[in-house]
Amino acid sequence: MSTFNYTILTILGCGLVTWLSRVLPFVLLKKFSLSETVLEYLNFVPIVIMSALWFSSLFTQHLGHLPTINWPNLIASGPTLLSAILSKNLLVIVIVGVVSLGLIRLIIGA
Amino acid sequence: MNAELTIKSAIHETLPTVFGYLGIGIAFGLVGHAAGLSPLMIFLMSAIIYGGSAQFITVSLLAAGSPILSIVAATFLINSRMILLSLTIAPYFKRKSLADNIFIGTLLTDESFALGMNKLNYTAGELNFPWLNTANLIAYLTWVSASLIGGLLGNFIQNPERFGLDFAIVAMFIGLLYLQVIADKSLNYLLQITVIAVTLVLTYLGMIIIPSSLLVLVVTIIGCLLGVSLKKIWPQTH
Repeated sequence: MSTFNYTILTILGCGLVTWLSRVLPFVLLKKFSLSETVLEYLNFVPIVIMSALWFSSLFTQHLGHLPTINWPNLIASGPTLLSAILSKNLLVIVIVGVVSLGLIRLIIGA
Repeated sequence: MNAELTIKSAIHETLPTVFGYLGIGIAFGLVGHAAGLSPLMIFLMSAIIYGGSAQFITVSLLAAGSPILSIVAATFLINSRMILLSLTIAPYFKRKSLADNIFIGTLLTDESFALGMNKLNYTAGELNFPWLNTANLIAYLTWVSASLIGGLLGNFIQNPERFGLDFAIVAMFIGLLYLQVIADKSLNYLLQITVIAVTLVLTYLGMIIIPSSLLVLVVTIIGCLLGVSLKKIWPQTH
């Protein structure tokens, strides 16, 4: 198979499964309703998933062993969180985050 | 944020997040270029897969020449948290047409999801099609065009990590998490902080045994279960 076909087929296959993950719940919930218990459970999804996405960037994984701390990301999270508390403005938060990590990498020379 | 669910308010509220997506989209384009993908392929990946950070894994597996099915399976697993996000937001569109539901689902992303959840705190629990669709469209167009820009810039920029662009998406999640915690009146403030601390422990311990492709999904499933259990035994003060 040519590289072109290989890449295109992979993109289409990946596109199909990611699309189904997003769309199927919408289609199914048109027909079915979720119980109170499930809704209460889903109520926690926003904070848990955003925390998990954040925290997973703070460590480097070594399967079978304890993860190590990703110091640049951990240190950059400080000013980022502080800017969130002070500004409550996503644009400011993202800029502070990117500049913090850029500066940290500049200083440690990584 | 305010209580208005219009296209105008959606543009106003989504624009600040554009920078986060620009940063990570450009970073993705640069990584794709470094892995040998043409700007056209980078564009198609972002336009068709629309998997955010999952696409970085897709690219690395493509570059390694992995079998198509295993790349598709890995991309699905990393992106499967979207099932939870869709399940959470879909009930607000139950009375809308099937076509509207499919369209909202097709362009849903972590960022528009988080904005939508945040918005609910200001609208007495209402969401509508024009508002979320606008937030979705802005996120999609930003992601696709930023990826393409990154792919084209790849000829000029080596070693993109040094700019810290890859932190844009993490910074955005930190911001969205903070805004969600201070805005969500349905859950007790201390309970939310406790659940976040529990998630930190779960993420740390999970890294020992859970492959990174499944980590966020597994941690979220368990974290929400613990959240519900904690809420049951939490002193009723509000």
